[in-house]
Amino acid sequence: MDLTINGTSHTVDLPDDMPLLWALRDGLNITSVKYGCGIAQCGACTVHIDGEAVRSCQVALADVWGEITTIEGLGTPDALHVIQAAWIEHQVAQCGYCQSGQMMQAADLLERNPEPSDEDIDAAMSGNLCRCGTYPRIRAAVHAAASAMREA
Amino acid sequence: MGRARTIARRSFLIGSAAIAGGVAFGAYFVTRPTPNPLLDGLAEGEAALTPFVKITPDGITLIVPRADVGQGIASTQAMLIAEELDIDPGMATLDPGQPHRAYFNGTVAADGLSFPGWDKGFVAETVRDLMMNVARLSGSQFTGGSSSTADLHETLRRAGATARETLKAAAAARTRLPISDLRTEEGHVVLPDGGRIAYTDLAADAAVIAPVTDVALRPASEWTRLGKPYQRLDIVAKSTGTQAYGIDVVLPGMLYATVRANPGRGGGLADYSADAALAMQGVQSVVEVNEGLAVIANNTWFAFQAAQALEIDWLPPDYPASSAEMWQALSDAHADEFRNSRLRDEGDVERALNRATKIESEYRTPFLAHAALEPLSATVLVEKNRVTIWTATQVPHVVRDAAAEVTGIDAANVILHALPAGGSFGRRLDHDYVVQAIQIAASMPGTPIKTTWSREEDMSHDFPRPLHMARGRGTVEDGRVVAFDLDTISPSLVASWFGRVFIVPPGPDAMLVWGAFDQPYAIPNYRVTGYAAPPLVPVGSWRSPGACSNSFFHESFLSELIHAAGADPLEERLRLIDHADSRRVLEAVGEMASWSGADIGPRRGRGVAFAYTHGVPVAEVIDVTLTEQGIRIDEVWIAADCGTVFDPVNAEAQLTGAAVYGLGHAMNCELTYENHAVQQTNFDAFEGMRLHHTPRFHTQLLGLAERVRGIGEPATAPAAPALADAIFAATGRRLREMPFNKFVDFA
Repeated sequence: MDLTINGTSHTVDLPDDMPLLWALRDGLNITSVKYGCGIAQCGACTVHIDGEAVRSCQVALADVWGEITTIEGLGTPDALHVIQAAWIEHQVAQCGYCQSGQMMQAADLLERNPEPSDEDIDAAMSGNLCRCGTYPRIRAAVHAAASAMREA
Repeated sequence: MGRARTIARRSFLIGSAAIAGGVAFGAYFVTRPTPNPLLDGLAEGEAALTPFVKITPDGITLIVPRADVGQGIASTQAMLIAEELDIDPGMATLDPGQPHRAYFNGTVAADGLSFPGWDKGFVAETVRDLMMNVARLSGSQFTGGSSSTADLHETLRRAGATARETLKAAAAARTRLPISDLRTEEGHVVLPDGGRIAYTDLAADAAVIAPVTDVALRPASEWTRLGKPYQRLDIVAKSTGTQAYGIDVVLPGMLYATVRANPGRGGGLADYSADAALAMQGVQSVVEVNEGLAVIANNTWFAFQAAQALEIDWLPPDYPASSAEMWQALSDAHADEFRNSRLRDEGDVERALNRATKIESEYRTPFLAHAALEPLSATVLVEKNRVTIWTATQVPHVVRDAAAEVTGIDAANVILHALPAGGSFGRRLDHDYVVQAIQIAASMPGTPIKTTWSREEDMSHDFPRPLHMARGRGTVEDGRVVAFDLDTISPSLVASWFGRVFIVPPGPDAMLVWGAFDQPYAIPNYRVTGYAAPPLVPVGSWRSPGACSNSFFHESFLSELIHAAGADPLEERLRLIDHADSRRVLEAVGEMASWSGADIGPRRGRGVAFAYTHGVPVAEVIDVTLTEQGIRIDEVWIAADCGTVFDPVNAEAQLTGAAVYGLGHAMNCELTYENHAVQQTNFDAFEGMRLHHTPRFHTQLLGLAERVRGIGEPATAPAAPALADAIFAATGRRLREMPFNKFVDFA
């Protein structure tokens, strides 16, 4: 099976019904995509397929319908995405385990809504759990990223 | 207590030793009465000295032995060294080091005693000194109890200062300049003519001279990094998906495993068939491990699927089968024969209770999972004479010793790669998951195997916060609280956890009454009694253990009495408080919130709670609104005092994070049992706080308390009672049992 991840083609020899999460993590060693619950309740495994945020634990390999973007496809330490820069500026992460998923969800939100209100952010981001409780800084970072993206 | 004594109690002897190509600075772990123990140590090589700073021509490494579970302590430790060493810690390599007794945690041992933290009397201080030495000798390297900064801040700065001054001495010897003409800056010794010699270039010289150990620490007024806002050293990695956690280890030829353990913890395995599991795709083998079976496969997903296909007959454990029976067991334990402690007993409580109308209430808090977002995981490679472990743990020394015990390989040949944790909240004070991973890897020597628990396994095989109940009796007269009598009943956490990782200490279980007996109120007739119920399920430390339940009981009951007295909740607390640091945080939170009473308008309410835990007074005020969808938490004000704040941005995150943890679980989380098994096995049934529940936070750290304390836990305990108090103010309904969503909806 062929997958395009962050613009690069990969071939995996894994069963159709394997969740994309486990193909990425254990099949391709892309461990930035996190396992948290396996039932779409935490959002730690969020990636984009054709630009849309999805829970990779709920997408069977056979159902992957487009190009996959992981947090590395958003930006890297040497070439930060605006959202990542905002996350750093606001010192959001504590343990950080949920944050790749949070940022991928925020990227999806800001793509569709460049000027979200607190209510918009709540609605879009409430599926992403953070057990450390970084929520106030997530809100601040999403607003900051939105502002920076509008000015860019 | 004099300063000299404080230093002696909390510090290591700092020294230096030669290492390959360079020099190490660190702790000499046994105080010997020899004139120069460090030179004795040198002959024995590096093992004599456990380092905090290593400098070689290749670079500078800072050893940060306390585990980073998200609280940012790796950064804080590095920053403490860097302040004195004059380096940019971002240019250094951070290494958690190997487990070593020199990295013992004395503060956590001293905090476990039957004295309130604010008791600075002779007996309390003497016994604390004694416990420091017990910890020193036993070499317990715990990360927990919000103790890391309190325990290490001085030692790490001294290690940095010793290294800096020794490097200057090496530069002086090399240049033949007087040492007083030299200064240091950003990893270099700077000469009077502006010339610079890199520390890395001086490492070999520094290794062969006597270390300069008589160094005064810089006062706070001279700090350039500490106390100022700075970036966590892991923030870029954690914002770009490049931080590797314990669960992310990738090794050549690695296999993947998972565990399926008896849902009744501690029950045995009667019989099983692995035939169906072994026939499944990608499955390599099925092995017996502690508490159950493990599947080894080519992918974690294959292992998860096969684990469900195992056919297993479990034997029942020896605890009651249902939550209803467990509550009954707790209620039955409210009897003299289970009385464990009475660490607070002032005035004449019985007489006072008989003099006026008694107010009585009962409170309950449920079992709670830690549910860190990273499920428990460990990767292990067992070879002929060596065990290598990659995992996140709060007890590295326990992990090392367990590996030796399971494999029969000498503990000196156990290598632990301690990795950052995706949360912990106390769960990784246990090492059950690592033992299983070692057993699994031992079944296939030479092959590294990563064991990952499913979320369901993680939730149903936690060592949860204990079930806890309390009964309060009290009286009020003339608008004042006169008598306060709280009986608090729970299985002993100390007996359960210490029994697993060490030995059960003698004497009363102070943790059973933490957050209740040790509150600095001067109520005229004041009594707190602990009852140790029989063990139910094995339990563990959950962020702010003991106090996370007791503070809810204590503060809620105090609020009930204050309400009955017709007094103001904040004013009456201020009248009763008898501790300057605590008074200041109550006053501060009142000012922050512009407190003028609990009534803030129709369908709204304001609550307050105070807790003194981990040596830190914290006061919280919460505003709620009763909306069409239910209770909405609008604002939270937090004032606390942990003494000097080294890492302000992170400290603020710990205050809000701890409050979110306390609030979220109070709102909607519990573990209940049926047929001996946990009924909530994933986040659909155990949500905690989500973004849309999250209020606005306003925080203040006063920085006035004399002693430096940690701030990871203290804001947890008062959050739930402050919320309950606010809900009472808004609705007239007093919630006496968690989770609150059994009684009210949340918007």
